[in-house]
Amino acid sequence: MEALILTIIATSIPLLLAATGELIAEKSGVLNLGVEGMMLSGAVGALGAVLWLENPYYGIVAGALSGVLMASIFSIFTINFMTNQVATGLGLTIFATGLTGLAGAPLVGKTIPSLPKIEIFLLSDIPIFGSILFKQDFVAYLSIAIIIFISFFLKYSKSGIILRAVGDDHQSAHSVGYPVKKIRWYATCFGGLCAGIGGAYIPLVLTPHWSEGMTAGRGWIALALVVFASWIPWRIIVGALIFGGITIAQLVGQARGWPIPSQLLSMMPYIATIIALTMISGRLSKNNSVVPASLGKPFFGSQ
Amino acid sequence: MITFVPREKVSKNWILIAPILSIVFTIFFGLLIFTFLGYNPIETLYQIFVSPFSRIDRISDILVKACPLIIIGTGLMLCFKSNVWNIGAEGQFIMGALLAGFIALSFPNIESKFFLLITLVTGFIGGALWAFIPAILKIKLNVNEILVSLMLVYVAMLFIDFIVRGPLRDPMSFGFPLSKPYPEGALINKIPFPGIGFLGQLHYGILFVVLLIPIAWIFVNKTLGGFKINVLGSAPQAAKFAGFSQNSITLTVLLLSGGLAGVAGVIEVSANIGQLQPEVSFGYGFTAIIVAFLGRLNPLGILFAGIIIATVKLGADNAQMTMGIPKVVTGLFEGILLFFLLTGETLQKYKIQWSERK
Repeated sequence: MEALILTIIATSIPLLLAATGELIAEKSGVLNLGVEGMMLSGAVGALGAVLWLENPYYGIVAGALSGVLMASIFSIFTINFMTNQVATGLGLTIFATGLTGLAGAPLVGKTIPSLPKIEIFLLSDIPIFGSILFKQDFVAYLSIAIIIFISFFLKYSKSGIILRAVGDDHQSAHSVGYPVKKIRWYATCFGGLCAGIGGAYIPLVLTPHWSEGMTAGRGWIALALVVFASWIPWRIIVGALIFGGITIAQLVGQARGWPIPSQLLSMMPYIATIIALTMISGRLSKNNSVVPASLGKPFFGSQ
Repeated sequence: MITFVPREKVSKNWILIAPILSIVFTIFFGLLIFTFLGYNPIETLYQIFVSPFSRIDRISDILVKACPLIIIGTGLMLCFKSNVWNIGAEGQFIMGALLAGFIALSFPNIESKFFLLITLVTGFIGGALWAFIPAILKIKLNVNEILVSLMLVYVAMLFIDFIVRGPLRDPMSFGFPLSKPYPEGALINKIPFPGIGFLGQLHYGILFVVLLIPIAWIFVNKTLGGFKINVLGSAPQAAKFAGFSQNSITLTVLLLSGGLAGVAGVIEVSANIGQLQPEVSFGYGFTAIIVAFLGRLNPLGILFAGIIIATVKLGADNAQMTMGIPKVVTGLFEGILLFFLLTGETLQKYKIQWSERK
């Protein structure tokens, strides 16, 4: 049981990180559909770095940088060249699929060491909870720290309120004198950073070797999670754990030989995403205030 | 410091220049990346862009590969024109092929080619039904069609895998996940040329493209339906005032694009495979997104774009065989191409101005 919960948590962390990053980007009014691509880049970056430097922690850094690099490409085009965000995001995912396929080809068949667990003094000795909550790897702690930070940042910090203002009404934010484009650049790159670390987590903890398209749609599920969470950070934790649970449930089902064909079990995370989106969207359309009002709209001003 | 100043009129020149410049930039940046990753850029350039034209049967294979891309791209054009983001054509392609395959395998002795009409219509229905899911969710509950249509791609891939390994598996297939072969009536034949014989894999399915492009052109440019789609995409407010129902347009374009993707699936399987297998599409549904944009959301443009992208796809196959470059690299070119095409769209509406930083 304990092992099961640990696997569920591990499975949900890439989703959690990627969704948190995307949430910040979307709060600033940028809809980046390239999450899947940024995660793939993070994964291949991490694999390359760990194989080269033989220290899993460099994998986290490399994953983050790869994600930021991809987010910068997206920012140049959507923010500076004012291209359509939906199409550019799709383009980013297609681009990154090709790039990582190329960059990952020499890595095929090589295995990397996994990220070590860090036990927190005394707390990890608490029965049951201790080993689940306080015997995790660095990225797991980091992702929770990011969520807490983001919650406070958006609600109580001045920068957070400016970020939300830019996402809700970029015209007004601009007239008051806030640099809309700069803020969106930062927010998008933060999104890339988180997605990159989330992607890096996949080879660092879940499957320690490269295969083409190894993120398997997690970036898209992360996008759905942001909607599912109605743009409220802590709800992403709930959503990510549910999806982690569903993913693991179908694996357990396959392993224990449930009388359901394995392909139908594998469909579960995707169908669950559609169901979750449907349930939330019905509610959201009645209460539109949670969706950043300028989401996906390009800003044509000068800064 | 660069600033963009709105043009008074959309620049006509840019409509043609943008795609050409985009291709040039794409090749440049693509080669830069190849060089950086340690591949020979000249050799790569030759394999991807020139080798597909090196023999006549290879040229006809370009057309064969372009066929599904053009059909799907034409459907996606309708969606993208009206700001409906169907990115699940891959799944609609699979479901069209699967439903038509089910009908084809239910009549194992049919020889008449008229049966093809039935499988094509079935394929259209299969694809349209799959697109109906995001359509109805979008209309009734305002669910994001991008995510739903994409999730359904994964579902469709797993579903055909299940069907071909399970219910429709041929007991005589020696354990391979293959259905029984299609009956004669459900197969699309290669075109025989007098005195030459067959040209590569060139098949009669290409006739569908020849019919589709003019019909699509007339629909977009000369009918009320096409007019509504154009207005909704370019001036949603105006469409609202004119009383065009956004919901019925969303439904129509999703069903049409899903249906066309389904038809593309039927043609691909009936002409090139001849039975169902777990993988029938090889990413046509995603590539067609690029085709639609490269073609400037215009049927004639899509015809050319389909041929250009098919060339690159075949070139990438060659590069994989001769240089060991994984063929997903086409994605690299497609992505960069899309970035520059979209930038071109901005430049149609805005002038670049260099100015001193304030």
